[in-house]
Amino acid sequence: MVAPKFRTIWDIPREEKFAPGHSMCQGCAAALIVRHLMKVVGDAAIVVQATGCVEVTTTTFPQTAWLNPYIHLAFENAGAVASGIEAAIKVLKRKGVIPRDKKIKVVAIVGDGGTFDIGLQSLSGMLERGHDVMYVVYDNEAYMNTGIQRSSATPYGAWTTTTPVGSKWRGEWRPKKDLMGIVLAHRVPYFATANPAYPVDMLEKFRKAFEIEGPTVVHVIAPCPPGWRFASDKTIEVARMATLTGVWVNLEVEYGTPRVTVKVPKRKHVKHYLKLQGRFKHLTEEEIAKIQKMVDEYVESINKWVGEEAIGPVTD
Amino acid sequence: MASRFTGWKNMPIAAIIPWPGSTRENDRSSWRVLKPVIDQEKCVRCRMCWTYCPDGAIVETDKPYTTKSGRRYRITFEIDYRYCKGCGICAAECPVKAIAMVPEEV
Repeated sequence: MVAPKFRTIWDIPREEKFAPGHSMCQGCAAALIVRHLMKVVGDAAIVVQATGCVEVTTTTFPQTAWLNPYIHLAFENAGAVASGIEAAIKVLKRKGVIPRDKKIKVVAIVGDGGTFDIGLQSLSGMLERGHDVMYVVYDNEAYMNTGIQRSSATPYGAWTTTTPVGSKWRGEWRPKKDLMGIVLAHRVPYFATANPAYPVDMLEKFRKAFEIEGPTVVHVIAPCPPGWRFASDKTIEVARMATLTGVWVNLEVEYGTPRVTVKVPKRKHVKHYLKLQGRFKHLTEEEIAKIQKMVDEYVESINKWVGEEAIGPVTD
Repeated sequence: MASRFTGWKNMPIAAIIPWPGSTRENDRSSWRVLKPVIDQEKCVRCRMCWTYCPDGAIVETDKPYTTKSGRRYRITFEIDYRYCKGCGICAAECPVKAIAMVPEEV
């Protein structure tokens, strides 16, 4: 069953489609994202998952938290396996094994490591061949379950165990990879960025990505309390601050038309986002100013792209 | 659970898990240091805690509730302490501060 449009939080179905009792960390945003995602896609999904935090913690043999058909695969081939399953469903429908009008969608749930770094070529192949797959990226900006190693999604200045802070190193030295640019270069029908602090917006994007035929990608920020170094009850606060400072813009690109879904008329200074997290606590004033400049440029490019001032100037 | 497997000959091939949602059997209450307690008198049933709980540990029930001041609600939010890991998101996000984080007693 496909859920109707999400307008308020009372439209979220009550029934849990993702079993509790899994071993994700206290305050894990990825757990929240997957819980809501499964409410939207329901029984009509085949879940494909590359190695990552959610896979390691939900399928501790001999138990599983999933209620859907589920396949775990290697780190690098989520896109390839999702394509294969989608092609198999197509053939079985043509042969009459599965009724033609039965809605089955392959949903790939992959972390930032399995998307930005290791699984990039299989994602690219899947998008380019136009498979009917919904691809959800939960982006916690490093390899968290192996012990906080940097990935290409790690933002500039962030501490990780492989980008340490000392006299020579000042944390991550490269900006975050632009996944949106890579995905949109494949001319996909739907791409969205979402934030768990705005659940209705996030669920509406999941619903659209689920309904639109063809490869769809939803990129969700997933604050990680142990990896980003903040208390477990601050998860939603950090996620919300990412949008309020303009570090994370909630937008969707439907058939090439961009639209900012959560508009921020007055944005906050990026220091409010950085000071919440221990991974940024070493930053000096100049480094914060440099990050603010990067955010300004990003926001400016988004505003120019959507053709309106969706994200306003810095006021606080 | 592991006791379902009686000997290696009965192991499923390729690590197939034939019991969907079997993590429900787990008790995660030992993860907690602080436990959330909802004050049903203060609660305005806005559904925020239920929406933001990462573990699905807050349960929305159809039990009616009437506060002392006579306000009637059709639903009640309760916490399933088997699955609550004590992260405190519900208490932090509650707009009326109706959820208190109470230390667990040994």
